[in-house]
Amino acid sequence: MTAQPKQTALATENLAAVELDGVRLALGDIRFAFDGRIPAGRITAVTGPSGSGKSTLLNLIAGFEMPDAGRVRLAGQDVTRLHPGARPLSLVFQDHNLFAHLDLFTNIGLGVHPALKLTGEDRTRISAALQRVGLAGYEGRKPGTLSGGERQRAAFARALVRQRPLLLLDEPFAALDPGLRLAMADLLSGLHQETGASIVLVTHDPGEVMRLADEVIYLSTGKILFHGDRHAFCAQTAHPEISKFVASS
Amino acid sequence: MLGTGEVRRGLAAGGASLAAIGGLVTLPTGALLALAPASSAGTLFDSYTLSLLRFTLLQATLSTLLSVALALPVALALARRAAFPGRIWILRLMAVPMGLPVLIGALGLIGIFGRQGLVNRLLAIAGVDHPVNIYGLSGILLAHVFFNLPLACRLMLAGLERVPAEDWRLAASLGLGRLSLLRHVELPALARVLPGAAGLIFMLCATSFTLVLVLGGGPAATTLEVAIYQSLRFDFDPARAVALSLLQIALTGLVLAVLSRLPAAEGSRGEGRIPRRFDGEGFGSRIMDTLAILLATLFLVLPLGAIAAAGLKADLLRLISLPAFHQALLTSLAIALTAGLLSLLTASGILTAQAAIADRRHPSPVLRVFGRALSALSSLVLLVPPVVLGTGWFLLIRPHADVARVAPLLIAAINMLMALPFVMRVLAPAFESHRLRTTRLAASLNVTGLARLRLVDAPILARPMLMALSFAMALSLGDLGAVALFGSQDLVTLPWLVYSRLGSYRTQDADGLALLLGLLCLALTALGTAGQRRQP
Repeated sequence: MTAQPKQTALATENLAAVELDGVRLALGDIRFAFDGRIPAGRITAVTGPSGSGKSTLLNLIAGFEMPDAGRVRLAGQDVTRLHPGARPLSLVFQDHNLFAHLDLFTNIGLGVHPALKLTGEDRTRISAALQRVGLAGYEGRKPGTLSGGERQRAAFARALVRQRPLLLLDEPFAALDPGLRLAMADLLSGLHQETGASIVLVTHDPGEVMRLADEVIYLSTGKILFHGDRHAFCAQTAHPEISKFVASS
Repeated sequence: MLGTGEVRRGLAAGGASLAAIGGLVTLPTGALLALAPASSAGTLFDSYTLSLLRFTLLQATLSTLLSVALALPVALALARRAAFPGRIWILRLMAVPMGLPVLIGALGLIGIFGRQGLVNRLLAIAGVDHPVNIYGLSGILLAHVFFNLPLACRLMLAGLERVPAEDWRLAASLGLGRLSLLRHVELPALARVLPGAAGLIFMLCATSFTLVLVLGGGPAATTLEVAIYQSLRFDFDPARAVALSLLQIALTGLVLAVLSRLPAAEGSRGEGRIPRRFDGEGFGSRIMDTLAILLATLFLVLPLGAIAAAGLKADLLRLISLPAFHQALLTSLAIALTAGLLSLLTASGILTAQAAIADRRHPSPVLRVFGRALSALSSLVLLVPPVVLGTGWFLLIRPHADVARVAPLLIAAINMLMALPFVMRVLAPAFESHRLRTTRLAASLNVTGLARLRLVDAPILARPMLMALSFAMALSLGDLGAVALFGSQDLVTLPWLVYSRLGSYRTQDADGLALLLGLLCLALTALGTAGQRRQP
């Protein structure tokens, strides 16, 4: 059933940001099977109905799930057995991105050095990142005093200072109001243009796919139903399920 | 998603806890079994032992029935009267016996129901010439009701408060009368908590030591626990102590087996949001409920008041300056702190190991067995009551070393085991919610080891740890069971000091010391439970 991945110019030239090679995982009744190459330097949206395996795919890339079989490679490096913290990537979850008892500066500082050994330059960079996401002067604030949108901005600031080549986002805007989502999407594409990092964005929102994605991976019951660029995704007619999804955007 | 180092350390910590508890419990039990004389079958079933067993079961059964039956109208009334004046204070009062050292409670009860007590003086004035007897079966029952009626009441109230608001509304719209409401709404709700509550109270009463020691007496009113202590301490008849200990283990094992089949009586909050009630508007109903609540309150307040009044009559300043008091206070605090810290360490070991196992999606069979052994630990602790544990250790050590020298450590270890179930109850939910909130984030940022401990775990877990510590210390400070076996002139804890002053008829000293000890333990318990309500 898996559609042949559509090779993009970038992916053929460079190493893929993420390569899933015969990745298999059984969780409960669902058997997940993922194969494919996620191109570097672009925004790839992972979407599909709930329970289709969006978060599982992300967890496999991030290292929160170990595949039963197959390899996961990031920029050519086999990371299949690597602990999440040792993988060259940054993560933003739907919520709980910040330690509630630590202020923003410490929270972001932990992304730079996990034991908080920071240089003067690190400190400047942290403040600059906060300023970039619109939270200038928020260094001493605790997450509890911020709005949901501000907390996600802080998580983005941390991803910014970490300077990892791959950014994984798991429904990062799902808990926000629709108006706020648009602003956050703008911030994300701005950051993408500045850093050139590869971004994998899990979302169930067709509008977000259309607004942000260069590439789309559509999952259905644990398998990749479609993987290709967004225009092909919108134009495809082979899968009525996808056409319905596109039409609802 | 823990690092391999974290998993390894977690499992090692759990292994250490398992080994420590297993050793502390099974070694003395093994010693008891090994030392059981061939003739123990005869000792086990001679008429004296049988009468002990009969009395133990009789008093536990009667205590349970009385506690539950008397708590029933109080719980129903408190559930019905959300706006009863001072209701929240009455509920807090019901938590007091839990934190009060049993010996202190007994003194308070003697103050009210004793020969010179308030009740008997009132009875004499009224011309009744059959005074209440605080000693013997009646006294033991009275004391067990004092300690367990509030517990039963809180558990039942929690059961009643879980009835959804819609049920009360529906019952009112159907015009259900008093009896129909009881039958169709209240009793079904109570039926869910009653078996667990009754089982728990039976277990507490069947292994009750201090109350029977103080209020019981003579072969006619002695339980297995106290008989073990007497055969070791006074008759020095280890063979009998061993036989009785084994009988006690068999009894608690049986009770625990029955208990594990009953639904657990959880949630002793009794302070949650109270749904609106539409019944009980009648005048008679108001009077009856008020009477039930007031009588129960009085029954709890009077002995507490007696402790305070008697204690204040003593020369507290002189008592505080006594070297004996200083020595006992220091000994008690040192033992309590050791016991508290050990129980924290053990509980954290169990919990981190359980987290490490839960982290695995497919734990190996060995790990699964290990995990099950860890969860079974708290029952193992309950299986062997403190006096039995002490007896086993006493017999184990005596041939090789001076028991007096290791006694403080033994008392601390036994107190640690006693506190462990309570410490686990405080720490387990705190550890679990902390784990859910931080594991993924910490893993994704590679915050591990000491940095994780310092930056992520310590700031959040310090508070529940402190709560658990103060709770465990309160338990240890008030315990007379372990020290009764090992106490000597060189090893005196505060409860032992109170008890010996009581024995040498220096009751005023005992009263003053009891007040001080009671306040200390209540303060620690209050600290230990203060934060529980605020936890998510």
